[in-house]
Amino acid sequence: MGQDILLLTLIALPLVGFILTGFLGKYISKRFTVTIATLAVFSSFICALLLFNMNVKTQIVHLFNVVNFEDFKLSANFQLDALSIWMTLIITGVGTLIHVFSIGYMSHDEGIYKFFAYLNLFIFSMLLLVLGSNYFILFFGWEGVGICSYLLIGFHYSDIEKGIENSVAARKAFIMNRIGDFGLLFALFMLLNTFGTLEYAGIAAKINELKLSGLALPLVAISAITICLFIAATGKSAQIPLFTWLPDAMAGPTPVSALIHAATMVTAGIYLIVRSNFLFELAPFTKDIILYIGLATSLIAAFIAMRQSDIKKVLAYSTVSQLGLMFVALGMGAYTVALFHVTTHAFFKALLFLGSGSVIHAMSDEQDIRKMGGLAKKIPITHLTFLIGTLAISGFPFLSGFYSKDEILAHALMESPVLYGTLMIAVTLTAIYMFRLYFLVFHGKFRGGNELESHIHESGISMTFPLIVLAILSVFGGLLNLPGIFLQNQAHWFSHYLESTTAGLNEIDMHHLESNKAIILMVVASFIALGVMAWAYFNYAKKGKLAKEDNELKGWEKASNAKLYIDEAYNLLFVKPLELISKIIYTYFDILILRNGIFTIAGLIEKTGNITRKWQSGFLSSYLFWMLLSIVGLITYYVIKIQFWNY
Amino acid sequence: MTTEVNNIGTSLDFFVIVSIALFVIGAFGVLTRKNMIVLLMCIELMLNSVNLLLVTFSKYHGAADAQIFVFFIVVVAAAEATVGLSILIMAYRNRKSIDIELFNKLKD
Repeated sequence: MGQDILLLTLIALPLVGFILTGFLGKYISKRFTVTIATLAVFSSFICALLLFNMNVKTQIVHLFNVVNFEDFKLSANFQLDALSIWMTLIITGVGTLIHVFSIGYMSHDEGIYKFFAYLNLFIFSMLLLVLGSNYFILFFGWEGVGICSYLLIGFHYSDIEKGIENSVAARKAFIMNRIGDFGLLFALFMLLNTFGTLEYAGIAAKINELKLSGLALPLVAISAITICLFIAATGKSAQIPLFTWLPDAMAGPTPVSALIHAATMVTAGIYLIVRSNFLFELAPFTKDIILYIGLATSLIAAFIAMRQSDIKKVLAYSTVSQLGLMFVALGMGAYTVALFHVTTHAFFKALLFLGSGSVIHAMSDEQDIRKMGGLAKKIPITHLTFLIGTLAISGFPFLSGFYSKDEILAHALMESPVLYGTLMIAVTLTAIYMFRLYFLVFHGKFRGGNELESHIHESGISMTFPLIVLAILSVFGGLLNLPGIFLQNQAHWFSHYLESTTAGLNEIDMHHLESNKAIILMVVASFIALGVMAWAYFNYAKKGKLAKEDNELKGWEKASNAKLYIDEAYNLLFVKPLELISKIIYTYFDILILRNGIFTIAGLIEKTGNITRKWQSGFLSSYLFWMLLSIVGLITYYVIKIQFWNY
Repeated sequence: MTTEVNNIGTSLDFFVIVSIALFVIGAFGVLTRKNMIVLLMCIELMLNSVNLLLVTFSKYHGAADAQIFVFFIVVVAAAEATVGLSILIMAYRNRKSIDIELFNKLKD
C-alpha cells in the first residue's frame, strides 16, 4: 500500500468512527458503539505502526487546496516524517489503551456513545494537529482538540451535584485556551506576512535562502512570531500564566484527564515549538523566556501539588510541573530531549491517571485521599501499576522517567549549575508529592468508613489491561534513548531517529556528556529518588502520618493547599476590573447613550407619525381632494414656470 | 386661443368649455357625493369629458387617430364599469349599504 493512502486512512479512521458513533450511537447497542470507536483508533494505530516500519524520509501528501490564489495558497497537506509519525504513535497508541479503559470506566453511563464519539473526534483533531504540513492544518487541529477538551471536561454537565461546577471548569479551560489561540493566530498572520507561506518546509527553505544569500534575516519579526507561538503553547500546555485551567479540567471523566490532559493534548504546545525549532533557534531571547517560564511553572506547580487532597488534582499539578520541565528542555534547545520526556510522560502519566481512575471507580467516585488508605491489598493490580507509575515519575533508577529526566538535568548542568540546582528542587518535590500520594492512598488504614469499604473491588479486565500495558511501557520506555554509558554505538537512538528525518532538527548539535559526569548525575538522581521514597515510607506508612484537614494547615501548607491563591489573584487582577469596566460601560454607554438615544429616535418617529396619520382619514373623497389639489398645484407650477420664467 | 370657424362648424372654444364643465361636474361629484353609484357615474362623466376633448381635437386637426383611440377608451370603460359595479355589489353584500363613508376600514 502506498504511504500516502496509508496516511489518509490513518487520519480518516477516527473521523469515520466519530461519525458512526456520534450519529448512530443512539440507535445501536452500547457494546457495538464502543467496539466501533475503539477499533477505529486501534486501526489507526496499526497504520501508524506500518508507516513507522517503512522508515520513510520526509514526505508531503497533498490532499486539496483550501485557498488557491496565484501567489498565496493554503493547502490541506500532510507531512510524514519522524516527528509526526512518533507523535501519531503516542496519540493512537495511548488513545487505544484509554479507549479500552473507558469501556469499563464509563460502562454505567447513559451517554457513553457521546463520550466515545468525542474521544474519536479528539483523536482525529490531534492527528490533524501533528500530521499537518503547515500551520494552517495545525491550527485546525489545535481548535479541534480545544473544543473536544471543552466538551469532555463538561461531559457530566447535567450532574445534579457537580453539573454547574463541571460546566464552569469546561468554560474556564476554553477561555484560557482562547487566549493562547489568539497568540497562535497572531503568529500565523505574522508568518504569512514575513514569509508568504505557512508550510513548515517553505518557511525553512526561505530562511535558508536568506542565510545563503547573505541578506539580513527578519530577526525582529521572528522574535515576535516565536513569542506569539509560545503564548499559544502556554495556553495549550498549561504554563504560567495560563495554567490554572488544567487542574480545574479534572472535573472531566478520568479517562479524559489521562488522554487529553496528561498524555496528548497538553503536549501540543511542545510539539508546536519542536516543529518550529528553526524559528526558535533564531530567537535566543524567546528561548530564554521559555526556559524561565518552564522553570517557574515546574517549581510552582510542584509546590502546589504538595498539599492537595484530591487525587486527580495532585496528578494535574504534577502534569503542569512535568510540562514545565519539558519547556525547560525546549528553552535549552534540547528538542529531542523534550520529546523523549513527552513520550515517557505520556506513558507514566496516562498510567497514573488511569490508575487513579481505577481507584476512584473502586471508591464509588470518592476522590479525596483523606478518605482512602490501605487500598493495596484490595485492588492489587491497580496498586502495583500505580506504584510503577509513581516510581517512573519520581525518577527511580532504570525506569523510563529516570532516563528522560536525567537527559534534561544533564543539559541543565551544561547550561549552568544554578539551573541544575533549581531543577533538582522541582524533581525532588515531584518525588515527595508522588510518594505522599501513593502511601496515603494504598497504605495505612482505610479511612472512608465501613459502608464504603464493603464496596471496594478491583476493576474489570478492560480497565486493568491498559494499566498493565502502560506499566510495561513505563518501565521500558527509557530504553528508547539510552545514554552513552550503556550502549556506546546505539546510544540515543530516539534523538538520532528524530534528527535524521526531521527538517531543522539536524542542525542542532547533540551534546554527549563524558561518562564520568553522566554516572555522577545518575547516582545523584537515584539517591534523591530512593531517599525521598524511604522518607515518605517512614512518614506515611510507618508512622501513619495523615493528610491534614483543610483547617489544620498552617504556613506554607496552607498556601500550597490554596493553590498559592493564583485563582484569587487572577480574579482580582483580571475578572474584577473587567466587571468594573463592563459596569461603567453598561451605565454610561449602554443606558445613557444607546438606550436613551434609541428611545429618543423612536419617540421622534412616533410623534411625526401622530401628526401625519391625521391625513389618512379613510374617506375616499378627502384622498381624491388632495390628489386633485396636488395635480392642480403641479400644473399651475409648470404653467407659471413656462409662462413667466421662460424655461 | 383665437376664435375661428373651422370644419367643426362652430367655435373650438365651445367644445373645450363643455368638456371642462363636464370634467369639473364629475370631479365635484366624486368629491362630494356619498352614494357609490353616483360616484361611478361621476367617474364615467370625467372619462367621457376627456373623450369629447379627444374627438374635438381630432376633428380640428383632421386626423382620425384620436377618434379610434376613443373607441378603445369606450370599450375599456365598459369593462371598468363592470368591475366597478361588481365591486359595488360585493360591498353592498358586506355592509348592506353603498354609502362610501362606511368603507373606511383601511384607516385602522
